[in-house]
Amino acid sequence: MTEPVLSVRNLHVRFRTGDGILHAVKGIDLDVNRGETVAIVGESGSGKSQTMMSVMGLLASNGWAEGSVKYRGDELVGLSPDKLNRYRGSKLTMIFQEPMTSLDPLYRIGDQLALPLTTHGGLSKRDARKRAIELLELVQIPDPSRRIDAYPHEMSGGQRQRVMIAMALANNPDVLIADEPTTALDVTVQARILELLADLQKRLGMSIVFITHDLGVVRRFADRTYVMRRGEVVESGRTSDLFAAPKHPYTRMLIDAEPTGRKAPVAADAPVVLDAQNISVQFTLEKSFFGKTTHVLRAVDNVSLRVRAGETVGVVGESGSGKSTLGRAILRLQSASGIVRFEDRNLMPLDRAGMRPLRRHLQLVFQDPFGSLSPRMTAGEIVTEGLLVHEPSISRKERDRRAAQAFEEVQLDPAGRNRFPHEFSGGQRQRIAIARAMILHPKLVVLDEPTSALDRSVQKEIVELLRNLQKAHGLAYVFISHDLAVVRALSDEIMVMKSGKVVERGTAEEIFDTPSEEYTRDLIAAAFLSKGDTAETAVQHLAS
Amino acid sequence: MLSFILRRFLSAIPTLFLVVTISFFLIRIAPGGPFDLEQPLEATVMENLKRIYNLDKPLIEQYGIYLWHLAQGDFGPSFYLRDFTIGDLFARGLPVSITLGSLALLTAVLLGGTLGSIAALRQNSWIDYVVSSFGTMGLTIPNFVIAPVFQIVFGLMLALLPVGGWNDGSVRNIILPVIVLALPQLAVVARMIRASMIEALRSNHIRTLRSLGLPTSVVVLHALRGASLPIVSYLGPAAAALLTGSVVVETIFALPGVGRYFVEGALNRDYTLVMGTVVLVAVFVMFFNLLVDILYAIIDPRVRYE
Amino acid sequence: MAQGAVIPTDTMVGSVKGRSLWADARARLFRNKAAVVSIGWLILMALACIIGPEITGHRYDQIYTEYSRIPASLTAYPKPEQITPAVERIGSRLRAKPEGIAVEGDTLRATFVGQRPIDERSLAFFSRSDMFGEAQVTERGEEGRRLTVEVPIERRHFYFGTDTNGRDLLTRTLFAGRISLSIGLLATFVALVIGVLYGATSGYLGGRIDVAMMRFVDILYSLPFIFFVIMLVVFFGRNFILMFIAVGAVTWLDMARIVRGQTLSIKRQEFVQAAEALGVGTKGIIRRHVIPNTLGPVVVYMTLLVPKVILLESFLSFLGLGVQEPMTSWGVLIADGARNIQGAAFMLIFPSIFLVSTLFALNFIGDGLRDALDPKDR
Repeated sequence: MTEPVLSVRNLHVRFRTGDGILHAVKGIDLDVNRGETVAIVGESGSGKSQTMMSVMGLLASNGWAEGSVKYRGDELVGLSPDKLNRYRGSKLTMIFQEPMTSLDPLYRIGDQLALPLTTHGGLSKRDARKRAIELLELVQIPDPSRRIDAYPHEMSGGQRQRVMIAMALANNPDVLIADEPTTALDVTVQARILELLADLQKRLGMSIVFITHDLGVVRRFADRTYVMRRGEVVESGRTSDLFAAPKHPYTRMLIDAEPTGRKAPVAADAPVVLDAQNISVQFTLEKSFFGKTTHVLRAVDNVSLRVRAGETVGVVGESGSGKSTLGRAILRLQSASGIVRFEDRNLMPLDRAGMRPLRRHLQLVFQDPFGSLSPRMTAGEIVTEGLLVHEPSISRKERDRRAAQAFEEVQLDPAGRNRFPHEFSGGQRQRIAIARAMILHPKLVVLDEPTSALDRSVQKEIVELLRNLQKAHGLAYVFISHDLAVVRALSDEIMVMKSGKVVERGTAEEIFDTPSEEYTRDLIAAAFLSKGDTAETAVQHLAS
Repeated sequence: MLSFILRRFLSAIPTLFLVVTISFFLIRIAPGGPFDLEQPLEATVMENLKRIYNLDKPLIEQYGIYLWHLAQGDFGPSFYLRDFTIGDLFARGLPVSITLGSLALLTAVLLGGTLGSIAALRQNSWIDYVVSSFGTMGLTIPNFVIAPVFQIVFGLMLALLPVGGWNDGSVRNIILPVIVLALPQLAVVARMIRASMIEALRSNHIRTLRSLGLPTSVVVLHALRGASLPIVSYLGPAAAALLTGSVVVETIFALPGVGRYFVEGALNRDYTLVMGTVVLVAVFVMFFNLLVDILYAIIDPRVRYE
Repeated sequence: MAQGAVIPTDTMVGSVKGRSLWADARARLFRNKAAVVSIGWLILMALACIIGPEITGHRYDQIYTEYSRIPASLTAYPKPEQITPAVERIGSRLRAKPEGIAVEGDTLRATFVGQRPIDERSLAFFSRSDMFGEAQVTERGEEGRRLTVEVPIERRHFYFGTDTNGRDLLTRTLFAGRISLSIGLLATFVALVIGVLYGATSGYLGGRIDVAMMRFVDILYSLPFIFFVIMLVVFFGRNFILMFIAVGAVTWLDMARIVRGQTLSIKRQEFVQAAEALGVGTKGIIRRHVIPNTLGPVVVYMTLLVPKVILLESFLSFLGLGVQEPMTSWGVLIADGARNIQGAAFMLIFPSIFLVSTLFALNFIGDGLRDALDPKDR
């Protein structure tokens, strides 16, 4: 075997924080060979990003690295930024998770693309521009000679990530480090960016280090994989071997983390809990000088849905498809036109005060478990807030008992109810949010991407929890998500939304077995990337 | 862009009108009048004076007259400095105040920007602490303490510079006032630049530049452009305030600027002088706010005015 | 993971009591040395200003005509060299020449010799003087033309010297601190009340009302700030209470903007929407969700507003618009000092040290609070 391009030995990364020293990476070894794709997999906080940040000398100012990182035999740890700049941007490059903010908003993309070319490649301004257009073409930006003068804010997230890739490839690097390059993008865009990376690697022959939490991506693209947990590599090896016979229980857990199981169908005579018809929501984008509305966005366009007790309706679509707005509209948290019936009552004529007594039956769980819990209330106070409104007569002691009960129901330690949200992990916080909804014994819960902000393994637990709660209480769910894997595991019926309209609807089986829309197929392909067997076949599949 | 500027000019008129109206009636309903001296004037003299200055007419009519004259660019005669019109006073005082103010502003931006950037680049080093404590000092020590101390130290003890006077704007005379005027602004600019540079240097797009191995100078330049945005919006009102003079500095250093007129006018109930100063300051504030918006659009392409 | 497994709760072992964000912030604040020192200094300063004027032995408005503009000194007045001229001055009032002036401890012994008999009632000049107590005649001679007296010397300390009127500067500085600090606190409180109410209302109601209310703030912004203060002072006179109302009434604008911005952003937060989904009413949302979360920036802004207000008050005093004599504030004292800077620099230096160190401390506390409440800023 030839000498690796990049070799990491006994690398430690530490951060000085207000609460002492944080040991983020604990002595890991890692090799990247010429032209191969290496994946570093782990959940948030595993130290996978910090490992590569320290290779690039990009650690935050309170962090430092010890150990050895060698690029073709040259030691990189401890180099001054000036010396490091001989490698960065030309031999080693990196693309990041946040395409929306990784480009300088104040400069045209052509100028930004030209920077590495003129600095490392010694090109003149004019040649750099020519090369920049070529690079944009390489990353398949349409009409590159015009787009080169665009500002980042004039491009979509996917296009910005393509520009980032173009910048990284500008000087034909040996190693491209991709730190969750698709996580912040819509699912269908994700697939295309991955396809592009695979294609570029084949043409240019560089090594790629993939940092990801998504095992689907790993299985498709990586030759070798390192699994990281709490700053250590727990297992490494050829990707195919790793997936076929994972040795470490953590690896096994990650591989099994895909939500599994199917929803048992509901009885045909189950009562209808919520019936929404012809729901439309409009947002005013612009007003004329005289206050007349001149430009409206139809966020939800004539959508109907019906949920029965014990049933789950999945609403899928990309960001901006109107699925969250729909969820809020059927709960009357967003003004809309149409008819919403809860059991036998029409909700539309009710005002805020009129809705209040009904709120206990109609609950909502949000995507972001950080944002949806008030940071200055204890978990117990958060969970019992609904009781203050709907059962104001019960005593403080009784409320506390109910809080403990609710904690147990969502499998949280009731002793934690005097703690504050920031003291819990993401998954625990989402459990608190679910407990807050469940304590009122609702009939319908709208789940707005409740698992999207969580690690895969935690996702699986939350899906299990939701399934158990539904079974125990006969709840009706409206499950909003872009992730078809999770939707599949929970839903009876699925509606696919695009630009405010329902483009396809049917039972879960119908949608997955015989999708009629191209858009639905894209969504499914993106969600079940991991169905592919090996990296080679996946690339072939995607390239065809 | 041009239509935006035009619209801003048009929308400034109602604001200015409101400002004029509020201050006109405020000063008029304040007790006392321009001719209430220590020794009361004779009744006939008083009446004559009032007639000359239209003070015998109903208030609303006076207001109308004032607006009419103002619309023609006439600020009227001063009630207290009776040989001068407000226009004369401004014509003599404004150049002094603008000279001092713009020099102070320039000093503050250049020096404050440099110090703040250095402090941000060397965060938590000794130079950062020096700049930070200097910033706090500039903010907390009032200029009416610094000014006399400077007079004593540089004027009397070291006898390097004159303690006051304008002297046709000779360089030696304006050094001390400019420094005193600049210090607090310099402190603010240094602190703001430091904070926004630290933020900018941590931002994702700067990380991108560093990952591309670009030289530090390029990285800093990019960060500085982004970091300058909050300073630009701070400097608008600050520039307006500096260029319209400072009563403290002008009083202590005996400079013939327009900053003193404000207090003098209000205390002597020199109605036209107060009104003139109000209009002057408001116009400056609005002009510089417009300038800030234009600068903003130049620096940040995301900002678009249609 | 198996179905129904209890999730790992390794972060939850130990005490059951949670650490609130406030507790975290407090811990961070107390790690900030500058802020801790500043808090200590401020407490000391407040205590000194509250208790100090009572224990210096001088009233703030007590005038010692003989001790006008005397420099700061640790030793007591009168100084030995001052005694003879003072006795001579009194002698001239008695129309007599002092002889054999001798000081023993705190007693002065002197013999006055006059051309004519000395009127003993005139010895009251001694007790009228600031340096001596009541004179006792120990010996009379030459038909009343020779008078030997024993006078107790009143030892007085002027650690900071005296002002042009001969008032003790230490007492006045401490007394001025009372006024300046209370104006700072009260005016900030006024600004806080107006600003929070106005800003929260504007932000929470939103829509046209918000636009109109903020437009009004904008117009007030374009009015020259000092003009407003001067007008208010002119209206209400130079009254201590109205003074801080006036200052508070013009400094609320920033507070209103901050609170409005905060309210707007909190209104969009998911936890507010979650509360709405629970059916919590407007009052409950404002009390439990909006106010606790606006508190952080408001507290920070408040600490930074106090020094601003003190500065503003001293600026007005410098212009002669501040509190009225014999009341005083640091601004008044500094203005006095600046006028007497030649020859009596101490009159500027001591009040300035008090003012500046207080402002410093307040700024450090404000900065420390901001860092503590918003740790990402560090």
